[in-house]
Amino acid sequence: MEKIVLPEIDNLHVLDVYVQNGGFTAAKKAFSQSSDDIIDQVKKSGLRGRGGAAFSAGLKWSFMPKTTDKPKYLCINGDESEPGSFKDRQIFEYNPHQLIEGILITCYAIGAKIAYIYIRGEYHKWVKLMQKALDDAYTAGYVGEAMKEKFGTDFFCNIYIHKGAGAYICGEESSLMNSLEGQRGYPRVKPPFPAQNGLWGCPTTINNVETIANIPPIINKGWEWFSKIGEPKHPGTILFGVSGHVNKPGVYELPSGTLLTDIIFNYAGGVPGNKKILCVIPGGSSMPPLRGDQLEGVKMDSESLKAAGSAIGTGGIMVMDEDTDLVKVLARIAHFYHHESCGQCTPCREGTGWLEKILKRILAGNGSVNDLDLLITVATQIEGNTICALGEAAAWPVRFMVTRFRDYFEARVSKEINLEVANKVHSMRHTAIPLAEIKN
Amino acid sequence: MDFKFTPENIERINKEIAKYPVKKPAVMATLYIAQEQNGFISNEVIKEVSLLLNMTAEEVLGVVTFYTMYYQKPMGKNHIQVCTNVSCMLRGGYEIWNQVKEKLGLENMGVTEDHKFSLEEVECMGSCGTAPMLAVNEDYYENLTKEKVEELLKSLSQPLS
Repeated sequence: MEKIVLPEIDNLHVLDVYVQNGGFTAAKKAFSQSSDDIIDQVKKSGLRGRGGAAFSAGLKWSFMPKTTDKPKYLCINGDESEPGSFKDRQIFEYNPHQLIEGILITCYAIGAKIAYIYIRGEYHKWVKLMQKALDDAYTAGYVGEAMKEKFGTDFFCNIYIHKGAGAYICGEESSLMNSLEGQRGYPRVKPPFPAQNGLWGCPTTINNVETIANIPPIINKGWEWFSKIGEPKHPGTILFGVSGHVNKPGVYELPSGTLLTDIIFNYAGGVPGNKKILCVIPGGSSMPPLRGDQLEGVKMDSESLKAAGSAIGTGGIMVMDEDTDLVKVLARIAHFYHHESCGQCTPCREGTGWLEKILKRILAGNGSVNDLDLLITVATQIEGNTICALGEAAAWPVRFMVTRFRDYFEARVSKEINLEVANKVHSMRHTAIPLAEIKN
Repeated sequence: MDFKFTPENIERINKEIAKYPVKKPAVMATLYIAQEQNGFISNEVIKEVSLLLNMTAEEVLGVVTFYTMYYQKPMGKNHIQVCTNVSCMLRGGYEIWNQVKEKLGLENMGVTEDHKFSLEEVECMGSCGTAPMLAVNEDYYENLTKEKVEELLKSLSQPLS
């Protein structure tokens, strides 16, 4: 199978090698066409965002205003902080120039003169690797004012790297913009959407690293070619990061729609000791977990996973064998979201703390059966009541894991009803005003 | 005691400022540079950064406290960060965490008396495929075993020749 984003070419991270293998020919081709044509091709290719929401990339670009007196910006989201995701660092390390070329084409399509690559702070090594690639591209005249001459065009753009400093929430696009502006990384209320009111109030597009690395091949080989790879509704290859209880963890670039069991057993080498699988989280820690008996026939693309009761997320597949302590796993996940909640919205700030507290109580052996109801009640009241999706990210794993593994969790709590907890569940359910009523 | 950036660092900060249409976004990079020069973010650092970037001291402090990678107290020369998030946990992250904790005699965010080591339990560092992992300052150590950690700690304890 052909690899699009991470082709197996030695030293592809070196500019000369990249150029020898057809590098920057897509940019040249793109600059000879109109920007509308480029957006149209990306739309038709069916490319969907690889950062989690799987939104159409071309459609997102088309939201950028055509006429405006404000500068336009492109942000590349390389915050990659979702537990279970480790794909973008492969692009920074092994194919940085394809990302740079993708940025040039995207800037041209949306009319941006400046692009920022936001890379998480912990990735010191990959910030340096990306900076080196960028410096080389500048020196050779592929980026900046010199590209006018290089490509024989009037268009040019500058690319800068912005290093984060350790905050999961900055992977959320509006939080990323606030962080880039030099503020606390608080997510913004939407609307207005970034295409209208983004960085410094200017039209801005934010795309994931992997999404943009897909652009040069689409322009070079055509949208028809791309749209035929993998599942038609979510075409192309996806970088699947497999971690946890497998023999060969790592990143595998495979066509969308590859069977989840195929990835786990054929590519990642199966479960050590031939143990049974208890649970798989298919798209990074915030996506609904699947039971071991729910994996058969599940295809790894956005639509198929939705039908299977989960979501593609960032394609980070976490495998847990039959000896895994799921209560411990869920308590750890709850701790993560509590730690990372930015604290703006009360349901998330307080709710994530409660989820962690209750799960730690169960883990310590002091839980009662109605603690499970309390977990679901708290989770349900975070969801949909927050500015950004961290609310859902914290609530989903809890709600789905407790529901799908009800027997497992019941075996870990006392059957006796704790009246204090029961009271809490009861009162919360009755005082919570349904969202629909608030809107009226 | 006042804090002043060295001329070389002022040059680096000016390069950061040049990336943006206004000065403020350079605060994150400036704080990294300050931390490198001063060892940690003191009140004096905050004051100097705010003057340099036309921000209020409160705004700078807000940035410092929001992100986990700025430290308001001096950390060890070797700042050890152990990931215990799910992917690492499934492959023995907590064993590594407990091992380092015991070996150094430190709790989370603790610093040894000689300031040679400090310890932090961190969230996912993006090494899930090479778990378990820890980082010493800026360097990742992946696919760890107890033996590898033992060896690493030993080599870090040795005085520099």
